[in-house]
Amino acid sequence: MVNESRTIKMTDTPLVIAGKPFTSRFLLGTGKFKNKQDLSDSIAASGSQIVTVALRRIDLERHEENILGFIPPHVTLLTNTSGARNAQEAVRIARLAKASGYGNWVKIEVINDSKYLLPDNQETIKATEILSAEGFVVLPYISPDLYAARALVKAGAATVMPLGSFIGSNQGLKTKELIQVLINEIDLPIIVDAGIGAPSQAAEAMEMGADAVLANTAIATAQNPPSLAHAFAIAIEAGRLAYLSGLSPRHPAANASSPLTGFLYDDIRAN
Amino acid sequence: MNIIINGTSRQLSSAKNLSEIVGTFCKQPKHVITELNGNIVPPDQRAQTNLQDGDALEIVTFVGGG
Repeated sequence: MVNESRTIKMTDTPLVIAGKPFTSRFLLGTGKFKNKQDLSDSIAASGSQIVTVALRRIDLERHEENILGFIPPHVTLLTNTSGARNAQEAVRIARLAKASGYGNWVKIEVINDSKYLLPDNQETIKATEILSAEGFVVLPYISPDLYAARALVKAGAATVMPLGSFIGSNQGLKTKELIQVLINEIDLPIIVDAGIGAPSQAAEAMEMGADAVLANTAIATAQNPPSLAHAFAIAIEAGRLAYLSGLSPRHPAANASSPLTGFLYDDIRAN
Repeated sequence: MNIIINGTSRQLSSAKNLSEIVGTFCKQPKHVITELNGNIVPPDQRAQTNLQDGDALEIVTFVGGG
């Protein structure tokens, strides 16, 4: 009989961003949800303690329900600067978001390419410098690059958020090796953002030692968003636990799992 | 009086303050942020802020985003 009291307990430390501890390592984006009920249920099912939102002009022709009513008050709001094409525009959006009174956490997202939607690392660094100096908690979204990440550390970033693959593509960790470099070399939380399309991909990022994962499109456009949000949450926990457990090394060839001595027919085989 | 709201030119019949304008377009004025001619106007200053001909006003709010 297995001793049932011997449960496996791996103690994890919280994810700390700008001094604030989080037990969840899953950040959820709120774009593209079919309806507010799916969004609200997905936030709950994800267990996310940080969710992203965007800032836009209100529609003057019709009164719309505001998204803030669907985000629980215990969740930290992270406003992205989507729509910004350079540092200056990102700074403007961040200041407007802060003026709302809903906190000073900002995800810098500067995109000036409508085909690939890749972030402009140089402009992102500039915006990070300005906003960190103004007291913002800055989470910059970048193409994974060691030099850009080092510049962001200097600029006062709270995390570094490298993309896994093209935004909204659900292609997973196409930039795996480059993200691994950031995990190894950068002394800030690394949050893998963009392109994560399935729980297995999120788990893979966590197994590599990423500190957290952000997902949006994969969940929002699934047939059952709350259910997939929960699947992501479990996968991220599993990946984290695997990382903390110390994965066994890979081998180029076969390696028997059972002992290679004491076979029943050893005597017969010898003849 | 002509003012530009969110990039669109609008004719206002009478002089209005910012608080009245916001009330016209939003159910929940506390969820919007106002920027007049490039300067953020905090909610508590909207009532004292009178609009003038040619002003450019931005009214923004939070929406879903990744």
